[in-house]
Amino acid sequence: MLSSEDLDTLLLTFKVAGMATTIMLLIGTPLAWWLTRTRSVWKGSINAIVALPLVLPPTVLGFYLLVLMGPSGVIGKFTNWLGLGTLAFSFYGLVIGSVLYSMPFVVQPLQAAFAMIGKQPLEAAATLRASPFDSFVSVVMPLAKPGFITAAILGFTHTVGEFGVVLMIGGNIPNKTRVVSVQIYNHVEALEYSEAHWLAGCLLLFSFTVLLILYTQLKASPVAQPFK
Amino acid sequence: MTVIKARFALNYGDFKLEVDLSLPSTGVSVLFGHSGSGKTTLLRCIAGLEQAAQGYLALNGTIWQDSEQHIFLPTYKRPLGYVFQDANLFSHLSVLDNLHYGLKRVKNNLGLIKLNQAVELLGIGHLLARMPNHLSGGERQRIAIARALALNPEILLMDEPLASLDFKRKQEILPYLSKLHQQLDIPVLYVTHSQQEMAQLADTLVILEDGHILAAGSLSATQSRLDLPLAHDREAATVWQVIIAEHESHYHLTRVDFDGGSLSIPAVDAKMGTVLRIQIYARDVSITLTESSATSILNVLPAIISEFTEGQNGQALIQLQVGKGLLLAHITRKSLLLLGLQIGMPVFVQIKGTSILN
Repeated sequence: MLSSEDLDTLLLTFKVAGMATTIMLLIGTPLAWWLTRTRSVWKGSINAIVALPLVLPPTVLGFYLLVLMGPSGVIGKFTNWLGLGTLAFSFYGLVIGSVLYSMPFVVQPLQAAFAMIGKQPLEAAATLRASPFDSFVSVVMPLAKPGFITAAILGFTHTVGEFGVVLMIGGNIPNKTRVVSVQIYNHVEALEYSEAHWLAGCLLLFSFTVLLILYTQLKASPVAQPFK
Repeated sequence: MTVIKARFALNYGDFKLEVDLSLPSTGVSVLFGHSGSGKTTLLRCIAGLEQAAQGYLALNGTIWQDSEQHIFLPTYKRPLGYVFQDANLFSHLSVLDNLHYGLKRVKNNLGLIKLNQAVELLGIGHLLARMPNHLSGGERQRIAIARALALNPEILLMDEPLASLDFKRKQEILPYLSKLHQQLDIPVLYVTHSQQEMAQLADTLVILEDGHILAAGSLSATQSRLDLPLAHDREAATVWQVIIAEHESHYHLTRVDFDGGSLSIPAVDAKMGTVLRIQIYARDVSITLTESSATSILNVLPAIISEFTEGQNGQALIQLQVGKGLLLAHITRKSLLLLGLQIGMPVFVQIKGTSILN
């Protein structure tokens, strides 16, 4: 059975993932829109930076974040100056790391969805007196709904499953930074295979359910299925 | 009265648009040309959809664009209605929500009245609850037209609204467009490459070729210009406005008056005084030197030769003045020489047939 400690890690994990997903959608939506529409020379570089976590080993990203957010890092000095202490080994540090690590899983489905809409509905909206922001809300967002659902689900599940970044910048502090993937590792280290089974089973069931919803409920929309 | 002034320059690699145009503030101006002539691009410039275009645009004295003064009114602030070639309805909204999309965004009390009129005129009242992907192409286009009219715009821009439809659907919509033409009190710019649509709808004709304007003027004057390719086409014709003067029902004929005479045409079921557009093909017009009484052709009219040119393959093209109207005749070069036709010469034209356009 799940111990109360295990339940705490599950709860913390969903808290981190929920907060990270919200932030990713807020940042990722304008970013993906800009990347879809722009002809700027920076488009290639920004795309590469956003996609970097797809190919970078998580420990590398975690290492740099640890250095930056630590007491002598640029971000660490800044947050200390603000009186917030350092972000490393804190809940919010974990959220920031998750946002950076999972961002491509949010931005890329959104970009695909925006690109598929094309410019025609926007031109129609403009001739019908809708300002650019108005037409984004009233035309682009409803038309890209499957893309938003996919982005949210992928961003959330990917954050739930992260391990490398968490271990580097969050460590293993109960009720603060100990997430479920780390807890499974702890159980295995301690040869508590039965407890590890319970937690791993929960995650497997969760991941499968989410994908099942993705592939059955949104089957009409090709954008919603990034993995074909 | 000239109130639409448009001057644009736009470069897209191989394609270059360079136009300077004045258009009347009433009636339908048809922008006519082959694909690639720049007619759609010109329309998009007027709508503000081509932001790279440099130039000047004013409607009824209001400046919408003046690149020299860095004035560019964005599309959503221009009081226009735009009908796209493929309707471009919002697929996530029902027909009713599509129709209300623009209406909700204009501060205009007349919008709802205009929308209700348009819904009735275009016969789309039974479609309001449907989603756009459950409509035929013709239905979609009619809704797009109503959606644009609901804005109560100052000008209506239509980009080949019938081009993506098959022949049957076209014939289904053309009558609505003709009706619109009679009832609308705003200028309409209508892009097409179809001579049929041009003949049926145009008051003013603008011919575009390779990104510049080949000719612009009233429909009949531009149609009958011998220096333009239009008059040399096998389907060359002139369009006249006529008024129903008398019904000769025992002959199944209707007599119509034009500025300078009258014509008999096949019976038309309409009231006296109704204005009709009729089309006379150049190939249906022949020329005689005397008013022959012994002919089966009903319409023999006095005319004066105003211009002629010798075409290819032994053909000749004659432009004639009939009353205040202009007429084209395709005859053979041999006839031209045998009759000794000269400019200014009074002759008679025999019109073998006419077609009614509305």
